[in-house]
Amino acid sequence: MRTIETDVLVIGGGATGTGCARDLAMRGIRTILVEKGDLTHGTTGRYHGLLHSGGRYVTKDPQSATECARENVVLRKIMPHCLEDTSGFFVTTPWDDPAYGDVFVKNCRLTGVPVQELSVQAMLRREPLLNPQISRVFEVMDGSADSFLATRSTALSAEEYGAQIWTYHHVVDLVREGDRVTGAVVEDLRNGERIGILCACVLNAAGAWAGKIAAMAGVTVTVLPGKGTMVAMNHRMVNTVVNRCKLPDDGDIIVPIHTVAVIGTTDVHVPDPDVYGIEPDEIQFMLAEGDKLIPGFSQYRALRAWAGVRPLYKDRDVANDRDIPRTFKLLDHAERDGVEGMLSIVGGKWTTYRLMAEESVDALAKRLGNTRPCRTAEEPLPLPPTEHQTTFRPPVRTTGPGASVAAEVEALQHAPLYWLGKHLSEVEHEQSFADLICECEMASRSRVLAAIDAGAKNLDDIRRDVRMGMGPCQGGWCIYRTTALLFERRGEDGLSHANSNDALLHFLQARWKGLVPVLWGDQLRQARLDELIYVGVLGADRLRPIAEQGGGLVTDNPAVATEYVKA
Amino acid sequence: MDHIELSLTQSLDHCIKCNICTSACPVAAVTDAFPGPKYVGPQAQRFRHEGQPVPDASVDYCSGCRVCNQVCPTGVKIAELNARARAQIVAERGLPLRNWLVARAGLVGRMSCGPHAPLLNFGLRLTPARWAVEKVIGIHRKAPLPASSTYTFRAWFRKHRAPTTARRQVAFFHGCATNFYEPHVGKAAIAVLEHNGFEVLLPKQQCCGLPLISNGDFKAATSAHEANVQALVSYARQGIPIVGTSTSCTLTLKEEAPEILALHSEDVQIVAAGTYDIFEFLRSLAERGELKTDFRPIERHLPYHQPCQYRAHRLGSPAMDVLSLIPGLVLEESHAECCGIAGTYGLKQEKYQIGMDVGAKLFDMVKRSGSDLALCDSETCRWQITHATGVASKHPIEILAEAYGLEL
Repeated sequence: MRTIETDVLVIGGGATGTGCARDLAMRGIRTILVEKGDLTHGTTGRYHGLLHSGGRYVTKDPQSATECARENVVLRKIMPHCLEDTSGFFVTTPWDDPAYGDVFVKNCRLTGVPVQELSVQAMLRREPLLNPQISRVFEVMDGSADSFLATRSTALSAEEYGAQIWTYHHVVDLVREGDRVTGAVVEDLRNGERIGILCACVLNAAGAWAGKIAAMAGVTVTVLPGKGTMVAMNHRMVNTVVNRCKLPDDGDIIVPIHTVAVIGTTDVHVPDPDVYGIEPDEIQFMLAEGDKLIPGFSQYRALRAWAGVRPLYKDRDVANDRDIPRTFKLLDHAERDGVEGMLSIVGGKWTTYRLMAEESVDALAKRLGNTRPCRTAEEPLPLPPTEHQTTFRPPVRTTGPGASVAAEVEALQHAPLYWLGKHLSEVEHEQSFADLICECEMASRSRVLAAIDAGAKNLDDIRRDVRMGMGPCQGGWCIYRTTALLFERRGEDGLSHANSNDALLHFLQARWKGLVPVLWGDQLRQARLDELIYVGVLGADRLRPIAEQGGGLVTDNPAVATEYVKA
Repeated sequence: MDHIELSLTQSLDHCIKCNICTSACPVAAVTDAFPGPKYVGPQAQRFRHEGQPVPDASVDYCSGCRVCNQVCPTGVKIAELNARARAQIVAERGLPLRNWLVARAGLVGRMSCGPHAPLLNFGLRLTPARWAVEKVIGIHRKAPLPASSTYTFRAWFRKHRAPTTARRQVAFFHGCATNFYEPHVGKAAIAVLEHNGFEVLLPKQQCCGLPLISNGDFKAATSAHEANVQALVSYARQGIPIVGTSTSCTLTLKEEAPEILALHSEDVQIVAAGTYDIFEFLRSLAERGELKTDFRPIERHLPYHQPCQYRAHRLGSPAMDVLSLIPGLVLEESHAECCGIAGTYGLKQEKYQIGMDVGAKLFDMVKRSGSDLALCDSETCRWQITHATGVASKHPIEILAEAYGLEL
């Protein structure tokens, strides 16, 4: 077995782990990050995409609210290309306690969450489809975030500073010598090779899987996986994030992100982060809640449903699961459990990932005798090769609580903020409309090839890079095109057509899982057409015998092939 | 937002990406400048956001022929989405002078119609003049511009003596073309209606607004439609049918203006429901046995093109149905999607050739027929057909009047 030495081994390629790797590398600390799937394969890639203003936590979890409010501004400065400045509303519907509005505003002030009340008329001018029975509206600095892009940009920066990012590497075991964790054995899931990693410290950033990792070192960390189910609707009926003005609950938020509007979420505790299903009543409940915000919401076309698992950390002194805070916690296992050489960073949310990384790396750096300061809040993230450099800057918000920050961010002249029309405008500018691979999401051939050349291992990786297959037809037209490109591009590396067939089948199956919960109306009609394309025309149902794993494309290893297992 | 409006704005959700519209689109078939109805319609719509700059420009190459709507298996209102997207572009970037001008058929007609018309017509046939018009304004030098009339249809109607035997009334919507360029079409319609026992009333009216809609000038289109509704609604309320010879004008009153401009008042709906294309109206008379059939035989074999805007009425082929009552007359249908002119589209310098290519199938058919006359219900299509083939063209109502032996 090959053995490699490093300073820090980060476990988990979500927002937090990748953020830690970047921070470590920027401070000159040798770092390897291992992730059992692709980056963001766990919870980061399955969240609704909200850039929190903090508003959701002002009452129940004030510390989180303050952290979100601060990081919201930081992220706008370092990753504008990943964020859309949608702004956000908290609205009092007839189903909500009208007295909470004043409590909400008071708590926003206390926690430092910028807020501004708006008239209902002004709200309806901006979002005419919202329920006219809404009685009060508060505007906050919510936004939407592309968590795939943000994590890839973070990883790219980490690599530029010398970190090694190993995706599709699964931790088989942690090596413990006496009271000290000295490294790990990891397995390359694509070829089965095992590699030993010796390190001064392990940073467990495995999110909902952190308990499983800690257990390998004989340490108990209780992470309660909280399943959240979300539904993406076919188009944005609102362009502003809309929250119910009440204590956070199921189905109380609609996030316009990229071309879709996402309604979320449920919160169901599941025993195992790898085993969960989506129940029909969850979907029905959320669509019905959507009707309260946007009358007729449930009649719009639902594209897809999916779920992610929140990593809720249960401290040893918390008796009731409902009291678990959404804030994060850094566990020093030397102090806590008498085990040296390992830290776990648990809990938290996407918006505060950078802060979580900063605190974790501060503690690690101190231990390693490194005194360099954290610079992740100042230095902007690089753009991955799938992102085109554009000079067009969408107009800057001039009203509402986010106006002054928007002006400040714009003055930095970093990459332009994301805006909804971005990819369409690029395709129009390049006149590449005859060369679209994914037509629904406007992924041109050049961007798909850039994703493959940048190391996307399979179709799902390409999806996360360029949103291929995420639109209305859910891959009806782009899956076979992308498979062909993958084969063409990687054929010289030994990728066979049988490997490509396997990749195609794997991706079709993954898309199908998300379609099943919303199979009615337009999406049922779509699924029928997709079936005619893949089964009727292409005979995909008879492809299995001439499909085989290999070429580093797909792994059926249970470590990654976990999503949507019916509980 | 009412349900009619929602059914339009939400219709993008019905797109299953099947590409049937893209394969049927006559414009996408002949040019790479137009990515096709699926792309510019329901697909691009997901990337548009009223509060943000318009991200796209290619939708301007949509001719508005509505073939996409017709073939869409799931009922996406593609043409309406496109018209609105173009209006957003105009709202943001302004209306070019050329489009401002060609969208105002009434204004241009009023200025060019009159005793000076022969001189103007002569001038506009001169190559250097057309070259200058192309350079300065952007109207293609070869594009078919209609010849102005020395008198307006309305002026003729004022002097016209109607028979006194009429039992019923209709209101006639003549549109700009009949009034300023082709009064003879209106005269034929009046003769046919009067022959069938109708008193023809002539309401005040202005341009239906379609050229304004298709050039993205929604503000002017809205005021045109509102004025027309105001002038027409009293007729419709009395149950007097509003009948028009221009298929695009009647479609605009019936459907395009209300839907695209989101005008859904009760008056708008009453006018829409009370408006008929003239052959739609005559066919309904024939179905009730109320159409006179004292036709003289016309032993001719004529090519007939049903305009895209007429098919968009979703009425089958009323002109064919009625003309088939004329003994001896055989019509050969073009089965062409579009002649390419699409109102003002084919006049534009950058779109003229696209229009000609779109119409190629129709032009071939007309030429192959060997006929010296082609029939078509829409004025701009007739001008395009004659321009492209050299074959004269008439409105079917003119043949009907001829079959009745009516003096015009």
